[in-house]
Amino acid sequence: MVEISRTLLYIAFILYLLGTIFFAVSVTGKKWRDKDGAMTGNRWGFFGFIVTTIGFISALGYFITRWIAAGHPPVSNMFEYLTALAITLSLAFIILYLIYKTNVLGMFTLPVVMLLIAYASLFPTEVEPLIPALQSDWLAIHVSTTVLGQGILSVGAAAGFIYLARTLDFTQRGKKVFWFEFIIYTLTSLLGYILIRYIFQWMNYTAQFQYIDENGQSDEMTYHLPALIGPNEGELLTSGVMRPFINAPAWIRSDDLNTVIWSLITGLIIYFLLRLLLRKPIGARLQPFLKGIQPTVIDEVSYRAIAIGFPIFTLGGLIFAMIWAQIAWTRFWGWDPKEVWALITFLFYAAYLHLRLSRGWHGERSAWLCVIGFAIIMFNLIFVNLVIAGLHSYA
Amino acid sequence: MEKIKCECGHENPYGTKLCEACGKPLEDEEKSSTLLDMRYDGVARRSQTYNKTIVDKIWNFFSSVKVGVWLIILTLVASSIGTIFPQELYIPNTVDPAEYYREEYGIFGQLYYTLGFHNLYGSWWYMLLVASLGVSIIVASIDRGVPLYRVLKNQRVTRNENFLKRQRLFGQTKTENIDETMEKARSLLKRRKYKIREENGHILAEKGRFSRWGPYVNHTGLIIFLFGAMLRFFPGMYVDDLVWVREGEIEAIPGTGGEYYLENEQFIVDIYDKENTDEVFLDALERTEGPVIKNFQTNAVLYKRVDGGTIGEEPELEKVKTHEIRVNQPLTFDNFSLYQLNYKLNELNKMTFTLDHRETGESVGEIEIDLFQPEEEYDLGNGYRVVIDSYFPNFTFNEEGEPTTISSIPDNPAFIFRMYSPEHPEEGEYSFVGIQRNEDIFKENDYQMSFAGIETKHVTGLTVRKDLTLPFIILGGVIFMIGLIQGSYWSHRRIWLQRIHGEIWAAGYTNKQWESLKRDFQALEEAGIQMPEDRLEEKEKQKEKE
Repeated sequence: MVEISRTLLYIAFILYLLGTIFFAVSVTGKKWRDKDGAMTGNRWGFFGFIVTTIGFISALGYFITRWIAAGHPPVSNMFEYLTALAITLSLAFIILYLIYKTNVLGMFTLPVVMLLIAYASLFPTEVEPLIPALQSDWLAIHVSTTVLGQGILSVGAAAGFIYLARTLDFTQRGKKVFWFEFIIYTLTSLLGYILIRYIFQWMNYTAQFQYIDENGQSDEMTYHLPALIGPNEGELLTSGVMRPFINAPAWIRSDDLNTVIWSLITGLIIYFLLRLLLRKPIGARLQPFLKGIQPTVIDEVSYRAIAIGFPIFTLGGLIFAMIWAQIAWTRFWGWDPKEVWALITFLFYAAYLHLRLSRGWHGERSAWLCVIGFAIIMFNLIFVNLVIAGLHSYA
Repeated sequence: MEKIKCECGHENPYGTKLCEACGKPLEDEEKSSTLLDMRYDGVARRSQTYNKTIVDKIWNFFSSVKVGVWLIILTLVASSIGTIFPQELYIPNTVDPAEYYREEYGIFGQLYYTLGFHNLYGSWWYMLLVASLGVSIIVASIDRGVPLYRVLKNQRVTRNENFLKRQRLFGQTKTENIDETMEKARSLLKRRKYKIREENGHILAEKGRFSRWGPYVNHTGLIIFLFGAMLRFFPGMYVDDLVWVREGEIEAIPGTGGEYYLENEQFIVDIYDKENTDEVFLDALERTEGPVIKNFQTNAVLYKRVDGGTIGEEPELEKVKTHEIRVNQPLTFDNFSLYQLNYKLNELNKMTFTLDHRETGESVGEIEIDLFQPEEEYDLGNGYRVVIDSYFPNFTFNEEGEPTTISSIPDNPAFIFRMYSPEHPEEGEYSFVGIQRNEDIFKENDYQMSFAGIETKHVTGLTVRKDLTLPFIILGGVIFMIGLIQGSYWSHRRIWLQRIHGEIWAAGYTNKQWESLKRDFQALEEAGIQMPEDRLEEKEKQKEKE
């Protein structure tokens, strides 16, 4: 069953890739449109939608089969949660496509879906048994609602990103263009992280260190990437691998820092290769393809996504969360970092929705806010889980 | 203040921008701009009308959305600061916070502590922030909600020409047969689930007005929620306590005033092991270091005291119910819940010693000491007896080098025994016995206490919780959610179709999702009504060209 589940996820990944290509063709493929008129261009978008929908069904198959295999909903660790987020993101795209028929949204959303699945697969993927705190029906209710809300909010960010790509003035180098390109850089860094991890995983690369931890104890640490930065007073135990340039002090998790540095460097390389290839800011190259899009329409898409996603996120991430916390942890609210960051996400989008009432906050400003909102969601998902210790640190 | 009378005859409250009945712009400045400001339908809002007294000023301050957003952002930033380092609640309670933050997090930790961020969410300024947010919610809702309700109730079908002309969506259609077109449009709109009102041959089609109340409903829910959260500070509303119960023992449940008792029949910890675990989990179990816990469970019996309850007397108990308390499955009774939260395995409970003659190694007898209720003297007969001179349940040496105990929990029990025997009937012999130690105190003894065995018990730690604020929290949450969905998943759309100068004038307004409104107008093209143009979009296109 686990094997079937895994295969279905692979199939979904490939279909999302196909979907991306079809949508990209429908948006950028002027040649097709010129030959046979506008109809052909539209049909590519339709193909993209069909392929994406089948991909979503396959991904749903992954989810269901894994649920059956494990006996509990597959949302209990990092791999499962991130994959679920990818699936809900694709679902949210499908919903918005049905309302607004925007091909360009697929072209930008589906790559993120793929990145999320690839990133998720770098965490341990085995089916894990549930610890007592998670043995509850509320696991399925709370987590699936939250992840659906986050998926829909993320589509809002994608639409915001498209709005910026469509409307920013890339001929003038300034703060706005810089931050737009910075968004692209964070995406290439994520891509860089995924690529570099897969490459070294495929090479079976490991480097073992003996080091002194923050309590003065001797311990061992395994690197899965070549060590640029070694652990505190680290001694390399594996032969024939790269030696670190410097060693980190004891209070830093040196293997994580090393990974972050690798990602940032690889991301930078990918970004500059892209720049070299395109000879312009990435946004400036994207913009011509987006000329056919009405800014007011894409602005409304992003607003609609937030308006749909916000109640769902609130229900799952705060209301259901509180009910479960009352049952499992004796209190509905305890200022655990994950709880606080769910509240922060809620407050942020609440501020967004109130700002939409004011003049001057539609369009560009609100697009920036959507992108920042996505950053907060990812921060809560990854940083708060992995770095800030708390009750939610399962993965 | 005087009322403003519109040419349509409706009397509007002072400060109204668009007539409540016909929508005619009432102020000069409104006449000059091209598009009407349709927010809240141009009603007279207290905050926009008066600004003289101190009450006006406070009202205006809190009714402002800008102030509200600032309060949200400040709360957001403050909340995030509280997650930089753990709150005091989450640090070990055995250490001094001042030291802990300095030692663990260095200079920043010290600063964090000094600024009071270690207890940020309970600080006066954080509460003040949340309270201001509450005030802002109430004031802003009343300022807008009440007049908005009135205007939507009073609106007439027939609208002023100026009102129609200056809508974002506006178009004029020349048609041969006005009656037929209007009739077709009417049925088309009806099919699209619009509510139709007609007056003098004009049409007002409206849909989803109730969604306009969404924000006010959800704000009401929030206020009830915040009120519930505040109630916690009243005595008696909230109990948060902990009870430790050893297997086989009965303890009074704190907070119930001695009314309820709990027996721990058995405490169980299960781990996932290779034999009893589903095959699919084996890979994961192999990877994790150490055991993975499957279940914590207390088999509990709840008792209620039935007698009058004179203090000091043995309580007379009546069994209420049995329950297997697990994580996620608390035992609930009479507003109280008992949660499986903590446990201690194999706590020392009884120790047995034998009194032995050193030279012969012969054992005189055996004593069993209950570590929670040790007896003073154990008589072994024939002139042999053992007296407990001193008992240290959790033994250590204090600063003066004298033996003492840290607590009354027997984690490291030690005794000073006096051993009386026929050889030493008067004074006895002193012996100091603890874990891994057995020393004679004054002189070399003839007898010794030899360790013979221990009996341990599991102890369960249960949180005792009563929270009478929950009904308010639940009610607030439910109302909030209803309001949020109401306001988010529907939009308020209005379409006006009027016969003016032999033409059909069409105008539309929605509070959000203009694309959907436009699609409704597209459908009207079937009836022969021209698609109105989106003037905002035109304006933006114009801007882009420039």
